[in-house]
Amino acid sequence: MSTENRPDTASTQTEAPAPRNLALHPPHKAFSVGRVSAIARNTLLELIRLKVFYFLLIFALVLIGSSAFMIQFSFQEQFQVLKDVSLGAMSIFTWLLAVLATAMLLPKDIEDRTLYTILAKPVPRFEYLLGKLIGVLVLLALSTLIMGALFAIVLYARQEIVIAETLRGGGMEGGQEQVDAMIREIKASTFTWSLIPGVIAIYLKAALFAALTLLISTFATSWIFTIVTSVAIYFIGHIQSVARDYWLADQGGTVLTKVFLALVSLLFPDLQLFNLVDDIVAGNAIATLLFLKTAALGGIYIAVYLFLAYFIFLKKEL
Amino acid sequence: MKRYSIALLIVLLFGAAKLPFEQKLNEEHRASFFRGAKLDLGLREQIGQGGFIAALSGFRSIVADLLWIQANTAWQNTEWGRMKVLFDGVTTLQPRVVLFWDMSAWHMAWNASRWAADNPKQPREALRIKAQREYFELGRQYLEAGIRNNPDRYVLYDRLGILLKDKLGDYLGAYEAYKKASEFPDAPAYEKRFAAYYLAEVPGREREAYDMLVKLYHMGPEERLPTLLSKIYALQEKLNIPQEQRIYIDPKDRE
Repeated sequence: MSTENRPDTASTQTEAPAPRNLALHPPHKAFSVGRVSAIARNTLLELIRLKVFYFLLIFALVLIGSSAFMIQFSFQEQFQVLKDVSLGAMSIFTWLLAVLATAMLLPKDIEDRTLYTILAKPVPRFEYLLGKLIGVLVLLALSTLIMGALFAIVLYARQEIVIAETLRGGGMEGGQEQVDAMIREIKASTFTWSLIPGVIAIYLKAALFAALTLLISTFATSWIFTIVTSVAIYFIGHIQSVARDYWLADQGGTVLTKVFLALVSLLFPDLQLFNLVDDIVAGNAIATLLFLKTAALGGIYIAVYLFLAYFIFLKKEL
Repeated sequence: MKRYSIALLIVLLFGAAKLPFEQKLNEEHRASFFRGAKLDLGLREQIGQGGFIAALSGFRSIVADLLWIQANTAWQNTEWGRMKVLFDGVTTLQPRVVLFWDMSAWHMAWNASRWAADNPKQPREALRIKAQREYFELGRQYLEAGIRNNPDRYVLYDRLGILLKDKLGDYLGAYEAYKKASEFPDAPAYEKRFAAYYLAEVPGREREAYDMLVKLYHMGPEERLPTLLSKIYALQEKLNIPQEQRIYIDPKDRE
């Protein structure tokens, strides 16, 4: 065996690249930000080419439609409904985008054989997955920003219209003081800085779902399975806290019930924790520490799901 | 298969590790008045199966808005009973939205009560008045329940003051409500004035009201509004305040 190997070794030694070629091929890094960003950039471009931003048109229509439809209501009702509908639509669209965009990534790369081309090069599988996830996260961030900007514009426009109407109306019992209080109330009913943590929480939930969907797609047999499973987890995740409370309170029930509740509590994320917008729109200011803890939880979920996706994908036969 | 089993084990271990953190965070959210909605079977009966599932799925606010729009349609059709059921659903889903409590109370105490008082299908005036008072009470109940859910906001105290004064003629109650509203740091300055105005209408409390109004008068020219001056003038007369102690004299009495 050793004698058979010797000529190969010798030939390798004789064909060793010249120092000039070594400069052209720097040593392979275990982790390269450049490679990850190249994959992320390509993923983002691919998704943009799929015309995913068309959903923004629907979002704009929802915004303008709800804004115009609400004219018959009082200004407080108008703003309440406008904010609820807009932020609700933002939440649905970012979540859907996260699930649909991520579910297609691996199957599409396998179908058009891009995956083999990439992995045949010295690109670790972790970098491939990380690049894909970052691509989706950037897409989600762009979408959230655009939707947030549209929302702010419509809200501001409605605010100005209502203020103008109030000033034209006048004639209040408390005089100018009451008019000023009314304008303050109008402004407080529209845009408040506390909306921003709510929008970030919407993004975090979508990002969590992108990581979770990526994890599912590493072992799923089809993208339909990935989407259906993600949607199911979305619904279960929103009642996870109910199951957890019931389980931890130990309110009786059969062993089977307890095992089921424990599994729901342990396997699924508590998505209600990320539903901050409902309460923010209701006028609750969220404490910074509470928001940071929620954001940290979202970050931990994303990291764990990415690691698990890598763990499964590492030995996956392609 | 072994790899999948290990992955599942990691998920379970992570679940066990995050459980106390999630539970604590959940309690902190609740302590900060977040997610006060009680998503129980009672609510399911009020808002239907679809609405309940949607509310559970994180679309609580949108479900509440849809019910509110339905209530608005019911208002146009003067279906007061249906409105009440819808308002109950909306306020259960969004107990921290002051607007819903305020508007529900307004619909009941102003609109429904007016309709009850003029109800052409009820020939007996006593029954019409009885129905009207029941709607006043419903309005009051919405505001009181709203205050219980939002004890950190002045608005519903203000609305309760209006309702007690305008609909129930309860000036003492109105004074107490306005007084509570005025104690909030973000409450407008007129809350204090209104508290004093309505205390002046309570038999036996005129002197106290007069002292409050004088105190407001001395706070500066911005407080010396026509209503405040006329109330001071009336109380000076009613309480026989000596001429030299009077702080406000009507221009027509000055010569």
